[in-house]
Amino acid sequence: MKIIITSYMLFLGFLSFNLFQKKTKTQSINAGAEIYQDFCVQCHQFDGKGVSEVNPPLKASDYLLENIDVSIAGIKFGLKGKIEVNGEIYDGVMNNQGLNNEEIADVMNYILNQWDNNSTDFITSERVDEIEKFILE
Amino acid sequence: MKLFLSLIFCNIFLTSGCAQENYPAIEIPSTVNYSYETIIDEIEIPWGIAFINENELLVTEKSGTLYHILNGIKTSIEGLPDIYIRGQGGLLDVALHPDYEKNHIIYMTLATTLDGDEGGNTALYQAKLVEDRLEEVKLFYKAKPNTKKGQHFGSRIAFDKEGHIYFSVGDRGNRDENPQDITKDGGKIYRLNLDGSIPKDNPFVSDSKAKHAVFSYGHRNPQGMIVHPKKGTIWVNEHGPQGGDEINEIVKGKNFGWPLITYGINYSGTPITSKTTNPNMEQPIYYWVPSIAPSGMAFSTSNIYPDWKDNLFVGSLKFEYLERLVIKDNKVIKREKVLDKIGRVRDVKEGPDGFIYIAVEGKGILKIVPKE
Repeated sequence: MKIIITSYMLFLGFLSFNLFQKKTKTQSINAGAEIYQDFCVQCHQFDGKGVSEVNPPLKASDYLLENIDVSIAGIKFGLKGKIEVNGEIYDGVMNNQGLNNEEIADVMNYILNQWDNNSTDFITSERVDEIEKFILE
Repeated sequence: MKLFLSLIFCNIFLTSGCAQENYPAIEIPSTVNYSYETIIDEIEIPWGIAFINENELLVTEKSGTLYHILNGIKTSIEGLPDIYIRGQGGLLDVALHPDYEKNHIIYMTLATTLDGDEGGNTALYQAKLVEDRLEEVKLFYKAKPNTKKGQHFGSRIAFDKEGHIYFSVGDRGNRDENPQDITKDGGKIYRLNLDGSIPKDNPFVSDSKAKHAVFSYGHRNPQGMIVHPKKGTIWVNEHGPQGGDEINEIVKGKNFGWPLITYGINYSGTPITSKTTNPNMEQPIYYWVPSIAPSGMAFSTSNIYPDWKDNLFVGSLKFEYLERLVIKDNKVIKREKVLDKIGRVRDVKEGPDGFIYIAVEGKGILKIVPKE
């Protein structure tokens, strides 16, 4: 009987671990790669270098790597107006893509760790949830 | 000698690796004898324009607002259907019924969920505009199934002179299943009667499994459509992948080839197919390499710009200018940048006053004015 109960408890533990476990960084980056191909690649390009004077780069982008919360807000709420990226001024519009917080976290983890970018930050959907629009102002 | 040979080899390898820029090269005019006026500002993504008269127009804003603009003052129209905002989807095109003055009927394309799976797909609606309210809102067509993909909703609306309405739906990010299959939605130009019924002479009505509204197929993402002012045929521009944007003259029941033939490649640089032609598939009137990301199209038919008469105008989202194309015998013989660096040009219309109007993202509606 003890064995049954113990193995049942173990089974439950195993189940909840799998159900409620958060994505690892690698899993999030992989999910983010798919989001990137679907929503971002047309403008920011496969190599993350963007289009000069039109769409800013993400690869080695000081704007992205030094302003992570502002970058999250840009994806979450959309971005409009002048920004400076690696010394170049961009004055365009990025639509709010309608991604949910988890998808935003995943694509952030992807762009922060792709094209030789690397970041010690691991973005979670909770962090995305806390970001408010006013930080863009 | 070895170095020389390897240099030649490198050169051949490099040039064959990337697609050649297609003729004719884009020109920048040496003298510019026009400027522009801002008619309406402060519209984030003005997606579609429909003129009621010179001073009154409807403009869609992608995130879900339909504006009624009278003498430069904009009012939001109430009573829109539910709109699915994701990726390239949202409120898309708007057009007036050919007898709008009598019946006040408008048509809209938009992304919506309605029922079925999570996600959305493109729909065509009819409604009656009463003051600043939509009434008698009717769903004419809803592409299926829903998908959470963010790509390729289309969509533009056009009318021929025989009482048909045409609209486009892109391949919805599923190029291997949708565009070549007439039993599936996506990657198609559709044709309906103005009351929403299926024309009896649509090309696939005798095929019980086919989508009977389909008029042509094998498209990727058409975001420009107009009836040719002289020929009466439907002209479409559509986004290619990397390279291979196209202008097509639509022919009933024909296959326009995507993705089995294309002048484009994947964003990653890998090929989609080595084929650019197939005897059973239509060739474009023109293809762009590199891609300009074309959206909206209009012919100049008035005498307001004497040098531009009968030219075609197409917006470039990618390079942020308006492109003027001179066409002779269905061939593009000259391309020129108009209003270089103006912003992402989303729609192009010839107004009832004969001026060319463009919708520019982050700006609004601009009118191109010849200099005295």
